[in-house]
Amino acid sequence: MLRVTPFHSRTAPLCQGQTWRRWAGHLVASSYELHHDREYHAIRSAAALFDVSPLYKYVITGPDSAALLDRVLTRDVARCRVGQVLYSPWCDIAGKQIDDGTVARLGEETFRLTAAEPNLRWLQRNATGLRVAIADASERTAALALQGPAARLVLERAAGAGFGTLKYFRLAETTIRGARVTVSRTGYTGDLGYELWLDADRAVEVWDAVIEAGTPYGLTPAGILALDVARIEAGLILLDVDYVPANRALIEDQKSSPFELGLGWTVALDKPRFVGRTALAAEAARGPAWRLVGIEVQWESLERLHAAVGLPPRLPTVAWRTSVPLYARDRQVGYATSGCWSPLLKKYIALAHVEGAHGAPGAALEMEVTVEHRRRRAAAVVVPTPFFDPERKRA
Amino acid sequence: MTAARYDVVVIGGGHNGLVAAAYLARAGRRVLVLERRERVGGAAVTEEVFPGFRYSVFSYVVSLLRPEIVRELDLPRHGLDILPLESTVTPLPGGDYLAAWGDHDRSRRELYRHSPHDAEAVDEFGRLMHHMALAVRPILSMMPPDPASLSPGDLRGLLRLGRHFAGLGAERFHALYKLMTMSAADFLDEWFECEPLKATKSASGIIGTFLGPRSPGTAYVLLHHYMGELDGAFRAWGFARGGTGAVSEAIAGAARAAGAEIRTGAGVARVLTRGGRTAGVVLDDGTEIRARAVMSGLDPRRTFLGLLEEGELPAELVADVRRYRFRGSSAKVNLALSELPDFTCMPGPGPHLRGAVSISPSIDYLERAYDDAKYGEPSRRPYMDIVIPSMIDPGMAPPGRHVMSVFVQYAPWAVNGGWTDARREQLGDTVIDTIAEHAPNLKRAILHRQVITPADIERITGLSEGNIFQGELALQQLFFLRPAPAWARYRTPVRGFYQCGSGTHPGGGIMGASGRLAALALLADRA
Repeated sequence: MLRVTPFHSRTAPLCQGQTWRRWAGHLVASSYELHHDREYHAIRSAAALFDVSPLYKYVITGPDSAALLDRVLTRDVARCRVGQVLYSPWCDIAGKQIDDGTVARLGEETFRLTAAEPNLRWLQRNATGLRVAIADASERTAALALQGPAARLVLERAAGAGFGTLKYFRLAETTIRGARVTVSRTGYTGDLGYELWLDADRAVEVWDAVIEAGTPYGLTPAGILALDVARIEAGLILLDVDYVPANRALIEDQKSSPFELGLGWTVALDKPRFVGRTALAAEAARGPAWRLVGIEVQWESLERLHAAVGLPPRLPTVAWRTSVPLYARDRQVGYATSGCWSPLLKKYIALAHVEGAHGAPGAALEMEVTVEHRRRRAAAVVVPTPFFDPERKRA
Repeated sequence: MTAARYDVVVIGGGHNGLVAAAYLARAGRRVLVLERRERVGGAAVTEEVFPGFRYSVFSYVVSLLRPEIVRELDLPRHGLDILPLESTVTPLPGGDYLAAWGDHDRSRRELYRHSPHDAEAVDEFGRLMHHMALAVRPILSMMPPDPASLSPGDLRGLLRLGRHFAGLGAERFHALYKLMTMSAADFLDEWFECEPLKATKSASGIIGTFLGPRSPGTAYVLLHHYMGELDGAFRAWGFARGGTGAVSEAIAGAARAAGAEIRTGAGVARVLTRGGRTAGVVLDDGTEIRARAVMSGLDPRRTFLGLLEEGELPAELVADVRRYRFRGSSAKVNLALSELPDFTCMPGPGPHLRGAVSISPSIDYLERAYDDAKYGEPSRRPYMDIVIPSMIDPGMAPPGRHVMSVFVQYAPWAVNGGWTDARREQLGDTVIDTIAEHAPNLKRAILHRQVITPADIERITGLSEGNIFQGELALQQLFFLRPAPAWARYRTPVRGFYQCGSGTHPGGGIMGASGRLAALALLADRA
């Protein structure tokens, strides 16, 4: 049996189709309703509640905790203030990305790092000689993501406190139904949203309080399928889908650097040293070989390809996570790794890896599509990400 | 008298002899396989020793069988069906256990309970071993070049090998070097902290050798066992439906279908030679069988010192073969059970009974087991690898009853005072007593027990000193040194006489590679 999350007693009865999937050894709902459409629309038009407890969470304490994170992460952690959150990847010695997550500075000498994969050993290895303690808090910490335009109203009502001054990527401590909750204004949807971090044994009370507070605002529990569409619209990459972690790659070609994943902005080359710095500095100087870009598949082209066999255009009903070849003229110049129809933007969008020269916005590409069992190529164009970036996200 | 003339006579109907016969027959040769026993298979046989209960008497799991052999001989069509063996449970003193399951998340959670560090290290270790197995795999299907030779073929082979290793990259080359030189315990110490994990993993480094987990060279044996490949996935062990005898029967079926003749109850006394070239064989009953070529699937000692006259071989080769080490160190206990064993650490029936149970709580435990053997005694507390074949293939026992297969190490072939019936039963008692500490109902469940000492292995199968690999998998006995320098390529100083047993490269386990490569060598010689 897979592990269940601390919210399972609440999420299990809601999962109408018993459609569960695995996330970091846990059961999580693909969607609660039989279709994920309403859950997706709740993210963009009301508020959605996600159980994100399977994330790995490490609490790092001690006088050298900032030094450890500065050694491991590419971001400049020394400049992270108490109450601030940074998003950062981390790399191996060759500058290839191992994982990515957020680091929250909970106190002068206390941080919480989230990760998609187990990283305890990597942190411990890099902590040699440093005065730090690294605790795996994955099990004892439950996490919820409350996302959508009504997220603030729901949170304020649940906590009985105002969050209007809590800025993007900042933290606040609050109490919900007597349980201590750390609130971070972060999320994986690219919308206004918060993540709630709490003790696992208070999970059910907090869930109930948030659902109660949110129901009048249309709050809807949402699963991974809805989240997947939202994160693609937000241009956010996913480990194992959009990149292979360097420590799990079987061949060199499977590895990517932060520059190749569109995360060059996270690489603080002005830091004197961190794991992978030498390789990343060299890569920054010569320019990355690959770029992660957003592409829009052209509707007219899809329509033409389908019309040729007498069909209307077919669109993906859920986000896909396979590698799809991309061409420029007749040469393959890259591959898309996740894509979906954006119900909000009314566009067929995808995240793609392309050779450096083909990554400029406006560059014309072709993406392989299968039309009635036959491979065809649909016109696509490189566009900036995020595809969707509402003002309310930061406002 | 002269019987029908054959192109090739294969001595020994073990799996390698049968593989060689199948390939030779497929190439159009008239092939005769001679097996001393009443059934083919050698050490890969299934026998109904106790009515209704079928034992894989000696060899009991399959994973090293080369996929190209399965494919080329179309073994599934001849009855080969390999069922997965998915878990390994190591019972620990005090009622706890360490389990490795088929499901990654489940295994990780289990190991995390013992060591969060190891739960992460184990994946990286697995990837390293995968790369190491990939690095060594081409060698398994390659005829070993002679490093002392200047012939173009050998130089080409060495060059290919050199390029292959250069292509590994520094990190992997260093790991390979460590695997070639270190002990399994030291190598695993670099990776893990959890004792039962290290011990259970190191166990594959000692199987079939007269070495302990702390003896240098055992790290390579660890890798050898990582090379098991089922459906393209490394490190997947399986159980053949019908026992390991079914593997032999499938290969024999393929050989017969290709036109090979297989004669059982036909032991070979010696190989006939005339003017430095082989002319056929003489059976134990004196019958002469003429053949243009002869291939021996027996181990190097019996092949060179048993089937030929000493004067027919160069003195160095005779000396090398005399030095070649067998030192059988393992025994086997087969049990017929009225009910399933009930393990204290995991009570009741469950998926753990469809996998292996490994009695290997710590490196010290294994090393102590070896200590006893070093001085000629069977381990007082042996390492054991236990499987219950009837849980995977119900056809192995009557409904509701079970067979249990226990691989036991160490049981030295050269036991003090020699193996006697009393010694054998004493070993059986030690094994049962040790398992019963973990599964107290075992004793009352036993309907029949068969204890096989290294002396029994030697007597029944002919494997010298009861070594299950036809010679230890020690570095000085591998690749171009297996079984002897300059004679590692299946040929012998006697023209037309070939060797195809697992005493040749690449060595032991139900792999079949030696048989296939030997057949290809013979065909290349147009012999």
